[in-house]
Amino acid sequence: RDFNERCAQCSEVNWGLTDGGGFYCRSCHYVTERTREVVNTDFITNSRVQTISKGSKKQEKNDGGCEWYICEGFQLVLKKQVEALEALGVCPQMKDEILCNFWRCYLQKSKQAYCKRPAAETVKALSVCESSTDVDSDPERPSLLHLLSLSESEGDLQTDCSFASSVSKVSESTSVYSGSVDGSLYIVKNQKEKLRMTMPMTLSFCYMALLWMREPITLSEFLRFVVEGHIPYLNVFQHFPEKMKLCGLDLKIFCVESWPAYEEVFNKMHELAEFLDLPRFPDITESCFLHPDMLCMKYLMEANLPDELHNWTCRVVKKIGIGEVDFLTLMPGNKSTRKVKYDVLAAAVIVVVLKLLFLLDDHYEWLLSEFAEERNKNNTEGGPYFEFKKWYEVVKHSLDVEQKKLDEERAKYLWRCEKPLFYSVKKKSKVLKRREMVVNLQNQFSKLSGSVQRAEKPNPSSFQLSWSEENTDGSCFHGHSLKGVLQEKRGLLTAMNPDYWLCTVKLCNEKLCGHLAHYKDVEFPQSYHFVLGLFSFLLRIQPSYIHDEVCMIEHKLFNKKLYKKLKYNRVLRK
Amino acid sequence: SSNEHKLNFKKSKEACLSYIQDALLQKQWKRAAEFLTCYIESLEKDYSREHIGPSEMIWRIGTEILWHHSQSSMKEFNCFMEQMKTLGVKRYLKVCLEHVFHLLCNGQIDEAYQNLSLAESWRFGEQTAIQDKEMKLIQAYRGLLDYYSWSKQKNILLENGEDGFSDLAVEQEMHGYFRKAAVNLKEIIKIPGVWDVFVKCYVDLLEFYGDHNEARQVLNEYAYNSKFPANPNAHVYLYQFLKRQGESKKSLISALKILHDIVPSHELMIDFNNMLQKSKKRKKRRLGLEVIFTALDYAGWKENAKAWSCLARQVKQIVISEKHLDWIKQEWNSRKDWWPAFHFSHYLAKRNWQENKSLSYEKALVAGILLGKDCKYFKYVSHQGCKAQLKRFRMLKKFVNRHNLVYLRISG
Repeated sequence: RDFNERCAQCSEVNWGLTDGGGFYCRSCHYVTERTREVVNTDFITNSRVQTISKGSKKQEKNDGGCEWYICEGFQLVLKKQVEALEALGVCPQMKDEILCNFWRCYLQKSKQAYCKRPAAETVKALSVCESSTDVDSDPERPSLLHLLSLSESEGDLQTDCSFASSVSKVSESTSVYSGSVDGSLYIVKNQKEKLRMTMPMTLSFCYMALLWMREPITLSEFLRFVVEGHIPYLNVFQHFPEKMKLCGLDLKIFCVESWPAYEEVFNKMHELAEFLDLPRFPDITESCFLHPDMLCMKYLMEANLPDELHNWTCRVVKKIGIGEVDFLTLMPGNKSTRKVKYDVLAAAVIVVVLKLLFLLDDHYEWLLSEFAEERNKNNTEGGPYFEFKKWYEVVKHSLDVEQKKLDEERAKYLWRCEKPLFYSVKKKSKVLKRREMVVNLQNQFSKLSGSVQRAEKPNPSSFQLSWSEENTDGSCFHGHSLKGVLQEKRGLLTAMNPDYWLCTVKLCNEKLCGHLAHYKDVEFPQSYHFVLGLFSFLLRIQPSYIHDEVCMIEHKLFNKKLYKKLKYNRVLRK
Repeated sequence: SSNEHKLNFKKSKEACLSYIQDALLQKQWKRAAEFLTCYIESLEKDYSREHIGPSEMIWRIGTEILWHHSQSSMKEFNCFMEQMKTLGVKRYLKVCLEHVFHLLCNGQIDEAYQNLSLAESWRFGEQTAIQDKEMKLIQAYRGLLDYYSWSKQKNILLENGEDGFSDLAVEQEMHGYFRKAAVNLKEIIKIPGVWDVFVKCYVDLLEFYGDHNEARQVLNEYAYNSKFPANPNAHVYLYQFLKRQGESKKSLISALKILHDIVPSHELMIDFNNMLQKSKKRKKRRLGLEVIFTALDYAGWKENAKAWSCLARQVKQIVISEKHLDWIKQEWNSRKDWWPAFHFSHYLAKRNWQENKSLSYEKALVAGILLGKDCKYFKYVSHQGCKAQLKRFRMLKKFVNRHNLVYLRISG
């Protein structure tokens, strides 16, 4: 505001503040050395502070806390997350250039900062944790804590709207508990407007940045890393500085107790991209990791399928045009194109290829397998032919083992962290005592668990299932040949299998019922279920999502035939 | 395999609980402990709307694990229980009580007593009134332990008495325990319930101090008050008491009547039948026959020689008197289809003869009368008996031959 120098880089006078308190040019993002005298640790413009009603306490409170805003908290969360990504090998540009700018853009658009004057919503009641005495002295008023604890289980912010607003209506002088300045506002605010920030959305932010940078990591992989603890999510708030006190409604915002689903993060990311008015994302080309050809190769390896299948996946990809740059690249705001789930798409392509070659009708694939088995027994020269049966047995076995491990891990998951959470200062001692008891009991029983130690966090790995060709037991199928299921026709290799069954004849309207097809309602062959289940495990998503993509691909692939059939049907009816 | 990819705290803990349950059922204590460790953080969440909250789960599961786990000590167990007592005020007395049970199982009577006394002195606002029933139980068990101490003192006194010493201190102590025990035991048995051990001890005390009226009243209440759940033991205790008191056959019989209705296979049915057989009243004798037939319907009585001798005696008596053959007919009517295979098979004949000649004798008599001299059982046993030149079997053969046509009239 009072900094009028011209930017050294672009000569404009259009300054904004970084979180370090320095100035940066909004036009070209050049950061100066000059820093503003910062009175408080808030990076948010002072203009916001001025709109707060009287009675607020500035700066240091009695308990050594400071004023902080919810978006500051989220900023810290994002910072931690992107640092973790950096540690995993992501390009460092992502933090300073990409994610940072996305975040600032968001703050600006949602009018939380970097704008002239935030929307005229004044925070009526301030968070002052000490004024708990007011509330408790009136026994008739419904206990705030009681109301808070009512919707504890899911931490669903949507339900908080109703009770939080009712609480604030109770009395104007009631303080609505939160350690942050605008905690209550955050919850009460109308959901429809301005894409309110949530913990799951931090993951959307991260993924958006990853996609922009075209980093070799898919969304399902990213989410898996989050669940495995390599990316901070669950208890990130424990890294907030001491003076940022978290209590009351802040907990509803920052303390989540569930893992967000793929769909949720995915959809939010697209909403965000649109909201931020982002331009077309960097192109996803054939050499990109996210291109279906690349991802198919990866998944084929992981699914222990022959490398030769890759030719087929590429053919399918080419035929239906899903390898095109325009199809794959994200264009925010473009509502006509279907949003691409790179990982699910690649998995679906593999499923379609398997159906093309093996039919997967619970008969043909076993028949083919028998032929291959016969051939393999009698003829040991030249590589082995791929036997579906053997593959099924090997993969099923490993899958069952891994699934069992995963189920147990999920049951043994520890959600809480060292930092105690309490809704009000009054509850603090009770909470601390409880924590002490929990720790005692945990110690007592972990000793009785025998020699089972809680394993160290395994290093993040891109592959969950791995198969080595060095194994002499023949459990690796990468090098196996597809000769048994292929035949040559007019110089081209085609599948011996002449048939194909469509998962669905008619696609549903996704906007109406949320799915392209309905996996659960129809009976499919067991082999199909198995293959979907395999990728469902690898991607950690419901099989129905993969099924949707399979349907989509099939309809593109057999478009002409279907169109002809529909036309024919129409003719008949007349 | 779980396809639930949206995982949250609640589902995760539910899964955890089911793993714990599996481990407990398979007695895999280490594994159960492993999963319980992960479940424990549920304590920090409020489940106030759930039927059974985490604190109760942890109490119950933890108790099982610590009790059975090989590496767990009593000290650890006690420490755990103390923690559990602080966890839920609404359960405080229940936890105390269960802790006491475990201590008693482990033979730590003194510790158990201390815990009971401590629990008795607990007060917590309105909870004290709400947990009134548990409090009564705690007092009752303390009364029981007082009775136990009384009993010990009594024995000491009796021993010393034989030697000619009379220890006043011991006697005083004994009376003191009596008073403490009586007060509490009397209270609990007022409440409808199954209080066998309390009743027995209380009655024992009353009898010792000569208060037979009170004892009789207590036992009558316990057996006949309809508010109390049906309890065969109540009738047994009453019967035993009346017998000790030398009551008339009439009252003894009436005490056992309900027992017969509730538990026709009770071992006291033999006593019952004996008394009924000897009665002058026809109705009673008729009942006696029913009682003994019914008892022998049960597999556990198949080889009970005493029971068979009761039946044999009564059947013999009826046959000789030639009166009331219709009684046998009535009893036999519902049994003739299955008793032969159940009691009187050839296989059983051989086995009974080998293992217990008296049993086979009595059974042969009954078989002979009910099924005639040509039935498998009788033929085999009497043949064997005569071969072995046992006099009574010869007599048996003669008797049955003489009354051979009876079976025709019985089976009608």
